[in-house]
Amino acid sequence: MTQRIVIAGASMGGLRAAERLRAAGFTGEIVAVGDEPHLPYNRPPLSKEALASEVTHEALAFRLRPVVADVAWRLGVPVVSADLAARAVRLGDGTELACDGLVVATGMRPRRLPVPGPAAGRHVVRTLEDARALRAELRPGVNVLVIGAGFIGCEVAATARTLGASVTVVAPEDAPMRRPLGAGLGAALRRRHEERGVTFLLGRTVRAFLGEERVTGAELSDGARLDADVVVEAVGSVANTEWLEGNGLDLSDGVLCDEALRVEGRPGVVAVGDVARFPNPRYDGVPRRVEHWSIPTDTAKHAAVTLLADLGLGDPPAGPFAPLPTFWSDQYDLRLQSFGAPVLGEDDIRVLEGDLDGEVVVGYHRDGELVGVVLIGMASAAGRYRAALNRAPVAA
Amino acid sequence: MKVIVDMDVCKDHGQCVFSAPEVFQINENGRLVYEAEPDESLRDAVEEAADVCPLQAITIEG
Repeated sequence: MTQRIVIAGASMGGLRAAERLRAAGFTGEIVAVGDEPHLPYNRPPLSKEALASEVTHEALAFRLRPVVADVAWRLGVPVVSADLAARAVRLGDGTELACDGLVVATGMRPRRLPVPGPAAGRHVVRTLEDARALRAELRPGVNVLVIGAGFIGCEVAATARTLGASVTVVAPEDAPMRRPLGAGLGAALRRRHEERGVTFLLGRTVRAFLGEERVTGAELSDGARLDADVVVEAVGSVANTEWLEGNGLDLSDGVLCDEALRVEGRPGVVAVGDVARFPNPRYDGVPRRVEHWSIPTDTAKHAAVTLLADLGLGDPPAGPFAPLPTFWSDQYDLRLQSFGAPVLGEDDIRVLEGDLDGEVVVGYHRDGELVGVVLIGMASAAGRYRAALNRAPVAA
Repeated sequence: MKVIVDMDVCKDHGQCVFSAPEVFQINENGRLVYEAEPDESLRDAVEEAADVCPLQAITIEG
């Protein structure tokens, strides 16, 4: 009988998993199920280009390689439950799908602030529809309140400001992108935003949204009241794992994986992308979720091999899964790039080249060893630092 | 194999350079330059480069 692999999640991780299963020789049926109505598309432009101008799904869609031409896409319907012992998943339309192998690729959704007030005028940025809805409200002169000073918050603030909006950022930290950049570089990033007219109200949270039908402002934890025409909540994300409840899994922070990306050692069940909490022997044995754009591709490559080996269709992975984390962020004309794990070296941060208010390379060290770098500009130096971090031994 | 980079989309991240340095380079002005008809032996590397392009600006034909 033809074997079937179900991929729960039809975004980048699901697509990459399908590609890698085919590349590794799987000839059975692949069904990819996604709650969004779209084929997989690239999300980073959603907080930048897609807010600045009309961007179609076609422009953001990942190319579909010939090897995935026969993947059955079940779009616009979520996976609502799974019975891992019986190897079956149930979809939102009632369909039951039996499967031999399962790829967990359901990703994350934006966290919403659990505070009182009207819902209209409050936005998040995760999907194409989210970006379209926010773009329709971003005009010169509108008051935009961005809650959260991480990647999405900073990028949305920069885009909105560039479009001529008046932008205020409220966040509990003492600097934007405090993790992973650290206090010094975070403060430098704040200065760059402030030079361009963004106001930061840090060390504060939102207590309530104001307004009747639609949000007109917010009341902060210190009692201050701000006017706002548009609110963007960029306060982190929540793993989409509810559908896995009832299987005895630890779902406290995504899906706990072993070193081969198998879900808690269960043969034939793997996880990919930012929902997967996995150990990286490049650093230590602590399982972590990683919400970087490079992770769906890295995890899918490895998880596909693990899964096929579990199904008796191939050899297990040749080596440990030890990806070099990498991320970037574009804000105004600034390009931030990171390689390695800055958060593991935040007690010993040094400027390696340049200066914090110009182009700069910042190094993050653990026990005197470089474990991460962040560059602002300095593009020509990126390869050198990346190579140095890649050369560091992996203690497997 | 033919490689096409949409230079209106490319933002010179240089991720492709890490995957396929024989095909993609960042020049001294920080702009991407590339070999449009690389040898077939480099296909895996070029596929990888296309995958990791943050802007998904790389197309492979043939």
